[in-house]
Amino acid sequence: MIATSGMLAALGHHVLRGHHGARLLVLVVIVAAIAVGLILAARRRSARRPLDDTPVTARVHEEPVAARVGELGVSPAVDAVRTPVLQNGNRSEQAMIPSRKELPRGRYGISGLLKSEWTKLRTVRSTMWTLGVTILLGIGVSAIATAETRAHWLTTSPGNRAGFDPISTSLIGVFIGQFAIGVLGVLVMSGEYGTGTIRATLAAAPRRPLVLVAKVAVFGVVALVVAEVVAFLAFFLGQALLTAPATHATLASPGALRAVAGSGLYICVLGLFSLGLATIIRHTAGAISAFVGILLVLPLIVQALPSSIEFDVRRYLPDRIGADMISNHGFPGTFSPWIGLLILCGYAVAALVIGGLLLVRRDA
Amino acid sequence: MIAARGLTKHYGSKIAVAQLSFDVRPGVVTGFLGPNGSGKSTTMRMIMGLDAPNAGDVTVNGKHYHDLPWPLHEVGALLEAKAIHPGRSARAHLRMLAETNHLSLRRVDEVLEIVGLASVARQRAGKFSLGMGQRLGMAAALLGDPEVLLFDEPVNGLDPDGIRWVRNLLKGLAREGRTVFVSSHLMSEMALTADEVVIIGKGRLIAQIPTDELIAQSSQRFVRVRSPEIQKLKTALEDKGATTVLEEDGSLSVRGADEIAVGELAASIPVVLHELAPQSASLEEAFMELTEDSIEYHGAPTTGLFAPTGGGA
Repeated sequence: MIATSGMLAALGHHVLRGHHGARLLVLVVIVAAIAVGLILAARRRSARRPLDDTPVTARVHEEPVAARVGELGVSPAVDAVRTPVLQNGNRSEQAMIPSRKELPRGRYGISGLLKSEWTKLRTVRSTMWTLGVTILLGIGVSAIATAETRAHWLTTSPGNRAGFDPISTSLIGVFIGQFAIGVLGVLVMSGEYGTGTIRATLAAAPRRPLVLVAKVAVFGVVALVVAEVVAFLAFFLGQALLTAPATHATLASPGALRAVAGSGLYICVLGLFSLGLATIIRHTAGAISAFVGILLVLPLIVQALPSSIEFDVRRYLPDRIGADMISNHGFPGTFSPWIGLLILCGYAVAALVIGGLLLVRRDA
Repeated sequence: MIAARGLTKHYGSKIAVAQLSFDVRPGVVTGFLGPNGSGKSTTMRMIMGLDAPNAGDVTVNGKHYHDLPWPLHEVGALLEAKAIHPGRSARAHLRMLAETNHLSLRRVDEVLEIVGLASVARQRAGKFSLGMGQRLGMAAALLGDPEVLLFDEPVNGLDPDGIRWVRNLLKGLAREGRTVFVSSHLMSEMALTADEVVIIGKGRLIAQIPTDELIAQSSQRFVRVRSPEIQKLKTALEDKGATTVLEEDGSLSVRGADEIAVGELAASIPVVLHELAPQSASLEEAFMELTEDSIEYHGAPTTGLFAPTGGGA
C-alpha cells in the first residue's frame, strides 16, 4: 500500500496538527495495508484450494435415476405436475408426444433474484472477511485516534486544542473501512466472472439488467447498514474516549449527525461505484487496482497539477468528497457535503450504467 | 426441442460457428460431435443465450432463451464443470440458483441425492474433484426438472462408474420424453449413448443422422471372407463389381457386396467358406472419416520423430 495518501494527509493535518498526528497517520496507513493484504490473501487461498479426490460416498448409479427425476416434485407450486410419459413405450411415439410440463404462473423476477443475491453474498467467506475488517478497522482506528489525542491533550498547544475537531477524529477509521467495502463491491461482481458462476447466474436469469439491479440492491443495503453501524459506533466510542478535559461532541453538536450518517452513506455509494467498476472491468485484480488508484493515486496526480487548476479538479475526487463529509471545517474550494455526495452518486450511477450496458452487450 | 437455423458466430476474424442448422428432437439422446475447437461449446452457449450469434437464430421450445419465463424449469444445462465459487458449498450454489426460479430447498436436497453428493453437500466446492464438479453441474441441470437438457462434455473427469451413471441418466431422461443434447469429442461414448448425432467440424454442420446409420453408411463397412480357394472367390467377386483386398493374414476384405451376396456367390461357384464376417467400422472411424478435412488442431506427425535417420532419400 502506498505510504501516504492525499486524503489521509489532508485529514491528518487538519484534525491533529503536530507530530502526534503524523505518528497516528503512519499507524493508520500500516493497519490499512495489513487489512487489504489480509483480504487479498484470504481470497487467493480460497481460490487455490487443491483438488481433493475424496470419493463420493453416496452414489446413486445403479437404478435408472432419471425415472426418479420425473417422480420427484419441484416445489410446492409445481408439485404433482408431471409424470414420466411412458415407461417402456416405443421411442418414436414418445418423440411425437413430448410431456408438456406446467410452469408456475408469471415469470421469474426481482424477488427471486434478491433472495439469490443474498444467498450468494452470505455463503462466501470473502463477505465475512471484508465486512469484519470494515467493522474492526472502522471502530478500532477511530478508537486509537481519539485515545491518542486524549493521552496527549495536556501537552497539546492551546492553538491545536482550539482547532481540534472531535467529530472527524472519531470518524477517521471509517475511511479505512471504505477500502474493505470497496473490495467487497468488486468481489460481488468479479467473483462471478473469476469462477464462471456468472454463466450459471445468467442461465437461470437471462435478463441481465435485472441481475445487476438485484446485486446493487442487496450489496447496497448490506454496505449501508454495515457502514452506518460502524460510523455510529466509531463516533460514540470515540466521544466516550475523549474524556474531560478534552473537548468532545454529541450527536446534537453542529454538523455531527450529518458527519456520522453522511460518512456511512459515502462508504455505501463508494462501494456501489466499485461494483460498477467491477462490472466494467470483470477482473478482480484489475477492478481493485482501479478502485484503489482512484482513491489513492489520482489525488497524488492531481496534486502535481498547477495550483490554478488543482483546486478545480481536486474537489471532484471521491476522497475529497469523503473528507469533506466528515469534516466540520470545510476545505477551501470544496463542494458542500451533500452536493459532494450527489456528485459521488453520479459517479456510481455512471459506472453502473456503463457496466450494465456492457453486461447486456458482451458475451458472458 | 431445440432448433438452430443458420447459426453463425465469429470472434474477430476467427469463425467459430458458421451457418449451423439442426434440430434436436425430444425423446432421444442427440449427440453433438466434433473435434476440439469445432464450435460445440460456442453453439451450446448460444442456445443458452450466453453468447449472442452474429447471424442466425436458435430457439428452445419455440422461444429464444432470453424470453423463457422460467428458464430453469424449461432448460437445464451443464456447460462447464467447476463453474462454481470455490468457497461456496454445493448446497449453497444450488440454493442460489433455485431461488432465482422459485424452486424449493427441498428440491435442492433432492437433486443432491440424485447425483450422489448429499453427503458432501455442505463442503466447499473448491475441494471437489473434477468428477464431483461434474455431478454438481448435473444437479444444477436437473434442478428445475426441465424438458430440455444440455450437457457439454458430461463424462469428462468421471471414473468408469460415473460414466456409466451419466449414460444411464441421459438415456433415462430421453425415455421420459425430454430433449437431451449432449456434446462430446468421444465418439465411442456417443456410440453407446446417442440415438442420433449432429456432427460439426470447423463450426460447420457435417451431418445429422441416426447413430446406427452413421456406422452403416460408413465406407469402412466390409465383409471378411476366408476360404481354401480364396483366389477363385476373389476373381468371381471382382467380376460382379466388388472390390477386394487380400489381407496379409490370408483373409479377403470385400467392399461393395454384403455378406448375403458373398455367401450366395460362394455357394453358386461352389467354394467352401471358412469365415464370412460382416465388419462395421466403429463410430470413431466413421467420425474420423467425416471430419478428416475439418480438424482444427492437428498433432504433429510422430512417425518422423522415431524414424531411422540413415538411408533417407
